[in-house]
Amino acid sequence: MDRRTVLKGLAGVGTLAATGGLSMPALSQGAAARTLKFVPQANLANFDPIWGTQYVVRNAAALVWDTLYGLDATLQPQRQMVESEQVSDDGLVWTFKLRSGLKFHDGTPVLAKDVVASLTRWSSRDPMGLMLKAIQNELTAVDDKTFKWALKAPYPKMLLALGKNSTPCAFIMPERIAQTDPFKQIPEYIGSGPMKFAKGEWVPGAKAVFEKFADYVPRQEKSSWLAGGKQMLVDRIEWVVIPDPATAAAALQNGEVDWWESPITDLVPSLKKNKNIEVDIADPLGNIGSFRMNHLHPPFNNVKVRRAVLAALNQEDYMRALVGDDTALWKTLPGFFTPGTPLYTEEGGEILKGKRDLAMAKKLLAESGYAGQPVTCVVAQDQPITKAQGDVTADLLKQIGMNVDFVATDWGTVGSRRAQKTPPGQGGWGMFHTWHAGADCINPAAYNAIRANGDKAWFGWPTSEPVEKEVLSWFEAKNLEEEKTAVKRLNKAALDDVVYAPTGFFLSYTAWRKNVSGIAKGPLPFFWGVSKSA
Amino acid sequence: MLSYIFRRILSTLPVMGIVALFVFSLLYIAPGDPAAVIAGDQASPADVERIRQGLGLDRPFLIQFGSWVWNILHGDLGTSIFTNLPVSAMIVQRLEPTLSLMAITLVLTILVAVPLGVVAAWKAGSWVDRSIMAFAVFAFSLPVFVVGYVLAYIFALQFEWLPVQGYTPLKSGVWPWLQNLILPALALGSVYIALIARITRASMLEVLQQDYVRTARAKGLGQRDILFIHALKNAAVPIVTVIGIGIALLIGGAVVTESVFAIPGLGRLTIDAILRRDYPVIQGIVLLFSFLYVLVNLMVDVTYTLVDPRIRY
Repeated sequence: MDRRTVLKGLAGVGTLAATGGLSMPALSQGAAARTLKFVPQANLANFDPIWGTQYVVRNAAALVWDTLYGLDATLQPQRQMVESEQVSDDGLVWTFKLRSGLKFHDGTPVLAKDVVASLTRWSSRDPMGLMLKAIQNELTAVDDKTFKWALKAPYPKMLLALGKNSTPCAFIMPERIAQTDPFKQIPEYIGSGPMKFAKGEWVPGAKAVFEKFADYVPRQEKSSWLAGGKQMLVDRIEWVVIPDPATAAAALQNGEVDWWESPITDLVPSLKKNKNIEVDIADPLGNIGSFRMNHLHPPFNNVKVRRAVLAALNQEDYMRALVGDDTALWKTLPGFFTPGTPLYTEEGGEILKGKRDLAMAKKLLAESGYAGQPVTCVVAQDQPITKAQGDVTADLLKQIGMNVDFVATDWGTVGSRRAQKTPPGQGGWGMFHTWHAGADCINPAAYNAIRANGDKAWFGWPTSEPVEKEVLSWFEAKNLEEEKTAVKRLNKAALDDVVYAPTGFFLSYTAWRKNVSGIAKGPLPFFWGVSKSA
Repeated sequence: MLSYIFRRILSTLPVMGIVALFVFSLLYIAPGDPAAVIAGDQASPADVERIRQGLGLDRPFLIQFGSWVWNILHGDLGTSIFTNLPVSAMIVQRLEPTLSLMAITLVLTILVAVPLGVVAAWKAGSWVDRSIMAFAVFAFSLPVFVVGYVLAYIFALQFEWLPVQGYTPLKSGVWPWLQNLILPALALGSVYIALIARITRASMLEVLQQDYVRTARAKGLGQRDILFIHALKNAAVPIVTVIGIGIALLIGGAVVTESVFAIPGLGRLTIDAILRRDYPVIQGIVLLFSFLYVLVNLMVDVTYTLVDPRIRY
């Protein structure tokens, strides 16, 4: 019996007890209803959303720092800290005015110079920021409330860049903090968002506390994701880091915590049986599973080998290994963009549709001249998502006659090894597995994984002129129709060259106690509008 | 005795130095890169390299080691790569939960295991002895996390008596402090109770066959006096040794227990630091643990002289 089996069994028994009419314990019921206890997806190990770009940091940062614009549930950027914006007729000069009443948590007003410093730091790290920086003439404060961004070329996606929710977001910090080198950590966590970070109570790896910022002035519009009025209905939010899923499930069941961001799929059935717990899909934008092949070295420097793998790949195998048999949680994905979003396309996706053809894959492999070189498949065993995918891929490669060198390791090592450009036999790699948040794959803006600009591309370093041409077309598109056309061609080009291998689209759950209300579905946990009764 | 203690403490310094060098080398030989972890999954290779440079991880090994030793000699354990907080502050923050867990576990272990072992020896061969030893074998065979989950199910989910996770500092009150520690201490202590009960029984059996015990019985001394005053004191040296080893092993056991019960102690800090390759934190913790091991050994040696006057240093 392994550890996972034991914890599943115990969690199940615990639920049976709970549903059998036992009253919930009073341990946390005496706590103020105005404190929300939340179990995040991971430990908040650092708190600089520009320096470290993990999703958990972004999620916490969205409480403390505000953005000029915020993406709403329709994926449109809406004004947030900004009152108005103007763009010159030639599209080269953007002038923004801040709304009144904005204050930082240290009591100082938010000024244009703070915005300029923050955007300067952000644009040194963010892909869209880097594009802006490359065409920047000047970014200056005109007065306390107004700042101007003058460009050498038009950038139609400006508002999306300032309001996107992919990391790193363009969070606004006081000038003195924002002047920190973007590759070094900020020393203070002062923002102008709806919650203050209680640094004194921070126990990295265990607890992070946020307190309501009394001077925050929310917008009047209804909140929608990162846009609209961020009304805080609780005074205090405690992030309780619980690394063990069974313990987190038990803590939610007996009321020690109120909301668990990412329950593992194995435990969801038992949580659903508990009459005090609500379980729902966390984010309709879900995730896209993937494995990346190293385009620099044999065998995957040969597009025929990459196509052979894609021809044999059965996404259903991946999704069942990863999520299980609940077909409401996954679907096959003959493309790279998030299902259900405006730019979703299956153009050129035939290779991933229909019955898998191992014979065809073997034929393609033979034509490629594959000479039995070992494929170094680096798999992080400490991440259930990567482990499940790695196991399926290893079997797939063996089935089509490839020589697999399966390297079972941890995520820290994968992170280090995937950056090596040396050949697989000299410390490099052949392939690794990961996944991408669906919210980052709605368009090419923050979608590093789809880029194919060689040395500047994401790990695997694919080079594809047609892919890059269509990425540029999307950035230059003036309306949705033009964007759709560009992305269709981009999807086809990326599949033709096999920039990476999508393994399917999957959703995950979130769970909370029924005395908590107002939880919205989205790519990150939104705490505004969430309330708790005793 | 004082000079002996002083010499022992002095002798810890080279030991700790060797351990530090070993750990420092091991970390740099092992694969993994904190910069890659920090940068996040969407970062570019260039981002990772810039972060590495910012952290000084691109400097030669010897310079990094020299700089670390120099800082240690000046009382500075360094700064966490991830949290940007001083390592010493992080350790202090995590010390209380771990020490509390160890203390409660140790007290519980001694209070339960020693009487169990004594009774088993006294009733050797009887159903009482066999029951105690069967329990010991059972408890010794169960992994800590299994015991932890079972206890949590019974006492937290079923009876709702105790919380399933977290830690409340002692300054918040003795009962709130204890509430969070009872289940983890029981889980962690189960193995040690079994181990020490078996050692106590074996040691007591040997002593109970000695002539002076027979003499004591012949003189008409009561069973309790014979067992707990005459026999137990003479059987104490191996028991103290095992308790000492147990304290050292508790540090390892705390890693699992703290994860299961979400206690923000040094065990969890160690795991988190290793997974993230947070070198300064790992090095600080290893130094502390090395010191604790040496200290425990010293305390065991000193305790020998208290329970057995024949031992002199």
